[in-house]
Amino acid sequence: MTVTIVNLKVNGVDQAFMARPGTTLLLALREQLGLTGAKRGCAQGACGSCTVLLDGAPVVSCLVPATTVDGADIATVEGLADGQQLSDVQQAFLDGFATQCGFCTPGMLMSAEALLARNPDPTADEVNEAISGNVCRCTGYAPIVSAILDAAERRRNRVEATH
Amino acid sequence: MAKINPIDPDYFKDERAAPGFKVIGTTVPRSDALGHVTGRTEFFEDRTFPNLAHLKIHRSPHHHALIDSVDTSHAEQTPGVLRVLTYKDVPANWYGVLRLIGIGPDDEPVLAEDRVIYKGEPIVAVVADSEAAALEGASRVRVSYTELPAVLDVEEAMSPDAPIIKRAGTNYFVYEGHHSRRIRFGDVEAGFARADHVFDWRYSSAPIEHAPTETTGCIVVPQSNGRLLIHSNTQAAFFTLDNTALIINRAPTDLQVKGGTVGGGFGGKVDVMVEPLACIAATLTNRPVKFVYTREEEMQVSSPRAAERIYIKDGVLSDGRIVARKIMLYVDAGAYARHSPYGATKAAAHLPGPYTIPNVHADCHCVYTNRTPSSAMRGFGVTIADFAIESQMDRIARALDLDPLEFRLRNAYRDGDLKAHRKVASGTALIEVIQRAAELVGHELPEEYRAMSSTTPRGAQA
Amino acid sequence: MTLLRGRGYASVNYPTGMNLGGDPSQAIIHATTMGGFVVTLSSVDLGQGLKTVVAQCAAETLGIPMENVIIDTADTDTGPHCMGTFASRGTHRVGNAVIMAAREAREVMLQVAADELEVDAGDLETDGTGFVRLKGSPATKIHISDIALAAHFKQGKSISGRGIFLKERSYPVPETGEMDPDSCQAHACTVAEVEVDDETGIVTVLRMYNTYEIGRALNPAMVAQQVEGGAWMGVSHAIFESTEPYYPASRAHGPIDFCEYLMPGPAEIPVQTSVILERPASNGPFGAKGIGEMTANAPIPAIANAIFDACGVRLTTMPFTPESVLRGLDALRAA
Repeated sequence: MTVTIVNLKVNGVDQAFMARPGTTLLLALREQLGLTGAKRGCAQGACGSCTVLLDGAPVVSCLVPATTVDGADIATVEGLADGQQLSDVQQAFLDGFATQCGFCTPGMLMSAEALLARNPDPTADEVNEAISGNVCRCTGYAPIVSAILDAAERRRNRVEATH
Repeated sequence: MAKINPIDPDYFKDERAAPGFKVIGTTVPRSDALGHVTGRTEFFEDRTFPNLAHLKIHRSPHHHALIDSVDTSHAEQTPGVLRVLTYKDVPANWYGVLRLIGIGPDDEPVLAEDRVIYKGEPIVAVVADSEAAALEGASRVRVSYTELPAVLDVEEAMSPDAPIIKRAGTNYFVYEGHHSRRIRFGDVEAGFARADHVFDWRYSSAPIEHAPTETTGCIVVPQSNGRLLIHSNTQAAFFTLDNTALIINRAPTDLQVKGGTVGGGFGGKVDVMVEPLACIAATLTNRPVKFVYTREEEMQVSSPRAAERIYIKDGVLSDGRIVARKIMLYVDAGAYARHSPYGATKAAAHLPGPYTIPNVHADCHCVYTNRTPSSAMRGFGVTIADFAIESQMDRIARALDLDPLEFRLRNAYRDGDLKAHRKVASGTALIEVIQRAAELVGHELPEEYRAMSSTTPRGAQA
Repeated sequence: MTLLRGRGYASVNYPTGMNLGGDPSQAIIHATTMGGFVVTLSSVDLGQGLKTVVAQCAAETLGIPMENVIIDTADTDTGPHCMGTFASRGTHRVGNAVIMAAREAREVMLQVAADELEVDAGDLETDGTGFVRLKGSPATKIHISDIALAAHFKQGKSISGRGIFLKERSYPVPETGEMDPDSCQAHACTVAEVEVDDETGIVTVLRMYNTYEIGRALNPAMVAQQVEGGAWMGVSHAIFESTEPYYPASRAHGPIDFCEYLMPGPAEIPVQTSVILERPASNGPFGAKGIGEMTANAPIPAIANAIFDACGVRLTTMPFTPESVLRGLDALRAA
């Protein structure tokens, strides 16, 4: 079986792993790099629990062949916080009681981070669209949408404060 | 910031007086939230083990069939396959999860023996080095069948000429000699005779999936002292341990369950479906074994919320008092009992809903059909019954031109009322939630209805 | 095309716990050397927040800060028995067990403190910030870390407690169904407002007004999580969900993924307005009742009744799909 060595950046750190044919980015992250934040909820690309950022864009990592990410820049939930300092989205989820079982949370956070990176002032509809591929079975979504809008406001306030 | 719903202090003022709580009643942060937002919360599948083996299942494609032969030779020769398990490898293959509380019979095989009675029933388990090899091995199992007629309707299953699909001899769970869990309270026929109006309608539902974002699964790790450590997302650690020990015929002290952090349950993770086979596989291979449902298995093979069919016949006086309610309720348990006999009893205890009705007759059937076994799910026995009861209430109110809330308030149960299962009601508050909801939406209630109270005995208030 | 609006009502009760064979849960609490209190359980948190709410029960009863409470749960080697997380039993059963264990541990803690302060234990109180102090003389006090150290290394006492809550078994009488299966009842009333598209049959749930009577709100933000998340599931059950779309006639067309198994996404959720009432249960932990399951129930009939109010179609089979709405409208026109 041909094994490919994949070099990439994960959360800003150079990493490498050996990819067998058929291995997905999700399994490489979880089983080879020890980054278990991204979850396997369906392995069909339909629940969003495995969402990570691939060169800044949200992808369902369970559908990304591991061999295709050589040279890529991957961001996962483990890289969001700066030491103890949570990102605005993380803090807003925490403060807003936007988590229950927590299984969808890492994927939700990554979809939200991607949205705010490209659109710092989203409407509720834009938030709804951004997380439309992320299934949550516990919360009813409303606290998640509120938390993302809250995070956007926090980020804008921070940017204003530094200008 | 977190949304908090207002607590109305004007209701049950005396009873709810709080004696100087410091922590209770305050919004303290969730202790698990930091782990959730940083991705550090450890779910069962977040543990990795060297040499981990994977277990996958070959399942029945038929609703009902005799198994003529099973050929596992191709599966065994599949590269990466370590072991193939059939029912012969399961020490106590027939089980029922409720035997722990004395409910029998043991009606379900862990792996099918001479027949399958639902599509998706497990027949052979394949253990392999990788998930892919286990799936490949499972696909290479060859089973030949003789198909039998399937029973897919609860009332057809109950009819005398239906093929019997259960080895116990009836297509329904037997409740101490009865074909249903029954409620007999007052004289329902006398109630109908006295009624000014009689309404008789039917309600039904289709099966519903729990759809937790994390599928059911476990990893079983053989320990150096010979014990088995089970990392599981079960909703009930000891329930899983005890049932697993009985199935694999090991001392309960040989097993240890670790869990407690679950990606959603909703009742779908109390059936003990994955742990016994993973334990057997771990023992036979002496390797850690993971058995986790695919999303497809979770949706079509794991127990759903039971479909139900409910007939409600009500006798009502012209002033809106319900004087008789007769209910025929059918829970579609699917092929095996699991928790459904319990669910039908829960339904019986719930009837006739939160209303005080002097004459109640209910037959709650737990019926077997050739479909995926149903089991516990959030509110089972109650959720679908509430759909039926509250639809019925709306229809009667409209038929008699009564205000829908006044009609409910008139019949609402109160402290001191004797419920149909002969338990005296206490701590009731149906009247108050209706009154407060009416206020919330500006639905005006006459003074007579605003003055009602759950704590005022029925006789003292008209 | 016309968008038809309607309002529907439903009111329900829901039992806390469901027992036939005896329904227990246990808790064990012990103090660590520096005054941490470990609550050991085998109970499972499904995401509803059990770990948090039982920590609150422990902190309140012990009279110590939340930070001093450690929840250690769901290891069958260390945690005492719990029946499991289902039947809206977790907060009620485990909360009660934790309170009982905490009372026993508190008694030892106060006795150790009394011996250190050379006062009578009956004259002591906790202040909730970590001190045990003399009633009426708050300057006479000792911190729980000093109490724990004294217990361990000086007095040789184990600050610990055992708790169990058992709902005793109740077998139904076969002939009549007489039984005592539950511990208390919570209540809910839902008013749903829907819009029905008479061309597509699509039902949109616009708003839900809910009142819930839950005994005692132990953690108000987590109450909001449970009631609103549960009401969402009710909406989902009502208008979307089934593993067998053509039940019972056909077993075919069963969904196998989240593209086929439909649930309301964030753009399809109603605005929820909820009000909480408290009628504490005499047997509940601080009066709390179990509400985890109930919250999904009232929305379903409320939506069915609202659909009828909107368009005159009485749907008696769940879920209320566009197809069933359109067939109902056709039948009305034909009549």
